[in-house]
Amino acid sequence: MLSIDILLNAIVTGILLGSVYASLALGLGITFGILHIPNIAHPTLVVAGAFFVYTLTQWGLDPIVAALIGLVPFYLLGVVLYAFYSAVFERKGGANVLQSLTLFFGLSLVIEILLSLGFGSELKSVSVSYIGSSLKLGVLTVPYRLLIPALLAPVTIAAVWFYLSRTNSGTAIRAVAHEERALSIAGLNPASVKRHAFGIATATAVIAGAALIMVGPIEPFAGRYQIGRVFAIVVLAGMGSIPGSLVIAIIIGIAEALVSSYLNPSWSPGVAFAILLLGLALRPQGLFGAAR
Amino acid sequence: MRKNSLVFLAGIVIVLALGFLMPWLLRNPFYFFAGYVVLQYVTIATGWNILGGYAGYINFGAAGFFGAGVYLSAFLFTSFGLPLPLCILAAAIVGAILGVLMGYLTLRIQGVYFAIATLGLVVVLETIVHNISGLGGASGMAVYGPRPPAWSPGPSQYNFTVMVVIAVVSVALARWVEISWIGRGLRAVRASEDAAECSGVPTLRLKLVACALSGAVLAAAGAPYPFYTSFVEPVTAFSLIIGLNAIAMPLIGGTRTWVGPVIGALLLASVQQIATVTISSELNILFVGAVLIAFVAFAPGGISDLFGRKKGRARL
Repeated sequence: MLSIDILLNAIVTGILLGSVYASLALGLGITFGILHIPNIAHPTLVVAGAFFVYTLTQWGLDPIVAALIGLVPFYLLGVVLYAFYSAVFERKGGANVLQSLTLFFGLSLVIEILLSLGFGSELKSVSVSYIGSSLKLGVLTVPYRLLIPALLAPVTIAAVWFYLSRTNSGTAIRAVAHEERALSIAGLNPASVKRHAFGIATATAVIAGAALIMVGPIEPFAGRYQIGRVFAIVVLAGMGSIPGSLVIAIIIGIAEALVSSYLNPSWSPGVAFAILLLGLALRPQGLFGAAR
Repeated sequence: MRKNSLVFLAGIVIVLALGFLMPWLLRNPFYFFAGYVVLQYVTIATGWNILGGYAGYINFGAAGFFGAGVYLSAFLFTSFGLPLPLCILAAAIVGAILGVLMGYLTLRIQGVYFAIATLGLVVVLETIVHNISGLGGASGMAVYGPRPPAWSPGPSQYNFTVMVVIAVVSVALARWVEISWIGRGLRAVRASEDAAECSGVPTLRLKLVACALSGAVLAAAGAPYPFYTSFVEPVTAFSLIIGLNAIAMPLIGGTRTWVGPVIGALLLASVQQIATVTISSELNILFVGAVLIAFVAFAPGGISDLFGRKKGRARL
């Protein structure tokens, strides 16, 4: 049946889209989910990462290689951002959530404008030989430009999850959010642990950016359409649950794909926020989080 | 009535009188065209501050309320020919309802989630408007405004006077909230929500009242907009610059009193009016963003705090 074909294709597309969304939300899962810093500039940093990848591909590099190169400058960018953030707020005895939200809001605008001044406001895309065609499996048609980024996401997520849960410095990151003082008693400097964590979170933005620009063309202001998705994912996954975020991201991806194939693609931007609002109203602690 | 209130009342009368007389004194319609935008932002900043400043709940979705007001009044006017004052009233009522709904869904959770959810409101409303062909969808719709009444020399002057009235009413409302028991309760919420709750302040109800008032003012600010531009479309009605200015203006002016948003809006909106004429609108946003970061980072109390904080009142 034709409608079964559409349904199957929508679900597969949704799973792949969701996987890409999960990589967008990964950095926010660290900054907001673990460190409780409401970094609403993260989607804009992802867009900045996409433009970084775009620039390197213009010089003939592969987008995935470009993303790996970008890890270092974006890590450093994150460290600088956190240093600024903590110099402004944390010295005054704990950051006021609303002030930090406003700070990151202003920051994301500044980044967006700088990108649009530097690259112009037209859509930019990358083209590589291996993302041109589509994979055909029976009734399913999966474009490679969606499949490759979607495979990139679980790899990155697994790497970050392994780092956070199996290594000492990853454990320190998870510990610093819980009990800063205990960490300093144990002989670690909480400020430098957080700086490191923020650096890693920002570094994931360049990978997510590569995934995003492979999926489709991108413009400097694309970040604001992702804010709803990434926050919906992090919040509903239960603040800091990295594997949970992959599940939620896929649920959102499927919901969006179903809405856009059965209703109209123009409805899909509202889907993530609708899910977030419902989720917040019904289950504020998140689907995978412990009650707080 | 206290002396302060008398001075405030006198100020209101003077501003209103100017709003009605100026159109006959100044010939150049550009002043009213630019003045309208400045007053619109005075209203938006004041409305935002009722919730964001007094209660400390940041609303990133000011553009959602504004856009709802824009579309509601455009729809009521073109479909039913409702007179402008009734359009404004209807927009305020719908804004209040939206505010309560929004607050009811999210206010029981922490402030961060509230802020994120408000961002969502803009996207959801914009998506809905996009998909309603009766409202012009993505391509927008033309609105031919009402003929200005005899006491006003032209349409831009009439819109200006209407906006003066809306701004004055909003500022008076904000001042009333500030000095009444509502304002005291909201300040307690901002200082420490748990402590306020423990001492018997009805925090949820107060926050819902603040949401309703704030939403009403923000939507009312949008109601005359279709007649000002003669054309509405989703991207400008739900524009991010409105959400940005709604936050930046009170933060720059100072969020603790009704004066702060007014100062911030007058300053920033005037600068922007000059900037959009002389330089590009992109640099305009860059400027606002940079000023916002600078104030959040280095002068969180805003301008009114830098100058007016000599008497040593308790910081609440």
